[in-house]
Amino acid sequence: MPILNRRSFIKAAGVLGASTALPVNLARAADKPVTVGFIYVGAKDDFGYNQAHAEAAAIIKGLPNVTVIEEENVPETVAVQRSMEAMIRQDGAQLIFPTSFGYFDPHVIKVARKYPEVRFAHCGGLWQKGVHPDNAGSFFGYIDEGQYLNGVVAGHMSKSKKLGFVAAKPIPQVLRNLNAFTLGARSVDPEITTTVIFTGDWSLPVKEAEAANSLIDQGCDVLTCHVDGPKVLVETAEKRGVMTCGYHASQAALAPKGYLTGAEWNWETPYRAHVMALQSGAPMNNFMRGGLKEGFVKTSPYGSAVSDAAKAAADAVKASMLKSELSIFTGPIRNNTGEVMVAEGTVLTQTDVVLERMDYLVEGVRGQI
Amino acid sequence: MSIRIPPVAARGLALGLPALPTVLAVATTVVLFSVFLWAREIPVLEAGALIYQGAFGSTFSWENTLLRAAPLMLTALCVALPARAGLIIIGGEGALVLGGLAAAVTPLWLPALPASLMWVAMAAAAMAVGGFWIGLSGWMRQRRGVNETIGSLLLSYIALAVFRHLVEGPLRDPASLNKPSTAPLPDAYSVGVISDTFYVHWGLVAGVVVCLLAHVLVRHSVSGFAFSIVGGNVRAARMLGLPVNRLVLVTCALGGAAAGLAGMFEVAAVQGSANAALIAGYGTSGILVAFAARHNPLAIIVCAILLGGVEASGSLLQRRLGLPDATTLILEGVLFVNLLAWEALNGRVLHWRIHWRERGRAPAEGVVQHG
Repeated sequence: MPILNRRSFIKAAGVLGASTALPVNLARAADKPVTVGFIYVGAKDDFGYNQAHAEAAAIIKGLPNVTVIEEENVPETVAVQRSMEAMIRQDGAQLIFPTSFGYFDPHVIKVARKYPEVRFAHCGGLWQKGVHPDNAGSFFGYIDEGQYLNGVVAGHMSKSKKLGFVAAKPIPQVLRNLNAFTLGARSVDPEITTTVIFTGDWSLPVKEAEAANSLIDQGCDVLTCHVDGPKVLVETAEKRGVMTCGYHASQAALAPKGYLTGAEWNWETPYRAHVMALQSGAPMNNFMRGGLKEGFVKTSPYGSAVSDAAKAAADAVKASMLKSELSIFTGPIRNNTGEVMVAEGTVLTQTDVVLERMDYLVEGVRGQI
Repeated sequence: MSIRIPPVAARGLALGLPALPTVLAVATTVVLFSVFLWAREIPVLEAGALIYQGAFGSTFSWENTLLRAAPLMLTALCVALPARAGLIIIGGEGALVLGGLAAAVTPLWLPALPASLMWVAMAAAAMAVGGFWIGLSGWMRQRRGVNETIGSLLLSYIALAVFRHLVEGPLRDPASLNKPSTAPLPDAYSVGVISDTFYVHWGLVAGVVVCLLAHVLVRHSVSGFAFSIVGGNVRAARMLGLPVNRLVLVTCALGGAAAGLAGMFEVAAVQGSANAALIAGYGTSGILVAFAARHNPLAIIVCAILLGGVEASGSLLQRRLGLPDATTLILEGVLFVNLLAWEALNGRVLHWRIHWRERGRAPAEGVVQHG
């Protein structure tokens, strides 16, 4: 029989106090206490992909009856399998968010099969019904909408009409962002071009700095990127007096002068949905996707440098995206060698699977895959 | 001064002495790390208890530790074997990833075979490629005078670049859209766990067996003796007429083969295909293990388990105390610096060892006069 010690007394008193003070909590008091685990592939404060996840996890930490446990810098090896198992066996986690794309196959699948009573909500959109276990699932956001808006703002602000993009690998997700950014900018002025440099991997700070410098030397005056941590790029650009658009999380603090806006994840939305389903005992939603409208992605507040005209234009585009009136990939779209990729009259909506296999650079992108 | 030491104890001391620098290094690390935790206002005893619990506190922790230790045993041999012949090779990461790639493509290029035959073929391919890659460093040193430490490091970068190019280009499975990988290994060929109650893949057994074989090779074989002559004094080795170049190449090739085998198990038991996740730093951690073990293959088993334990416990430290992952890195860093610092004791250890061994051999004397 455990004796009520001081710590648990304080905890109980705290919960009691909080629930009487806040009526909202009373309604939630019926929710089961749950333990939720978050696993990140990099550092929680990387100003990028992992920070976007950690910021949302911090919000989940504040929910009543939810205990959050976290691990950072977990590589996509047997380490992540063991971290997931340890969360389950040592901490009693009932829901795990393995947040890196590369965790899913084979790691999440393997562990999910071994622990059918635990839920695994993977970030990346790879789950398929019938193929993968039912206690696993994926969620992902259409962040190309944010990159399109980045492009609109960059298109207004650029004087040289040359934009720069530092990309990790020429894979569909990255190309979709790069193309959306370019299409957004060229919707402002079709003369605009985007120069792309691929670094080869998700986190190569030295190469990213070299790429940023090289793009600036070539005359690009607005930079953005798709790498895990945009910190180096944003800092390099700020130092050299060049503007930037952010990615993953807000990098505004790193570039008070040149930061225009940014495409950010808003993982709070899917996280909350999964945690609430677990607490209420509802079945797991295995496949969740959304863009700006569904609250899966958001944009950084405009920086001080952004002109009123740019703000007005971007706000208008955003409003039509929120009303689902604007599709980014609307034909005709040519690749940068002149071939028609999306025919005139064809509108690819976000759910279209063709977009998930994107393997070309749109007209206006300087570079090759 | 006269000391009464029974000969058995003297022999024991002589045997245990080589471990002295490592033991002192571990002890100093514990002290320094405790000071660090204390300075950061982290409960030292609780953290210590968690490190123990996370690394060795339960069957689950042991599985966790051993799983992490398995590849390190093999990558440590990639440093330790060439070190017998006096080389410092630090490019094991490259041999591991290329070995893994070779293992991943072997089933694609061979007709269907029974699983055991296929594993042999995959291991052979991985070891051949890994052995060739580290062999290159040895060859460059012997034939072209290129420093093998720098040579193997640069070759490792080249290996990673070649690996990425092949996995994301010619050898990519078109179905692997956003995580470029080679075609997945058929389930029949994947290497499983030892048992459901001991959830560790067979790579651990391979690691231990290869370390034991390496021990026999370096301690109880003529070649092993020749390696240490080359490592001890290359001029003497040449005067004795030993084929120095060939011996150096052999140690490099064997070391590289061990790292390649680690890559094969990463592909067959963990990843299921070759992709960038293979580049996980096992090759670099292997350097730490090899130095900690003083390039002794038996000690490598122990040190790999120790390092695997540190890494396994980092996971618990993060969850229970909210410490950043860097805490584990600091622990590893302090450990490595201490190992190198206490290495300076080695000359004396050798002296003491001869001394105690002699006492162990003189059972009649009982009381030994000294000084």
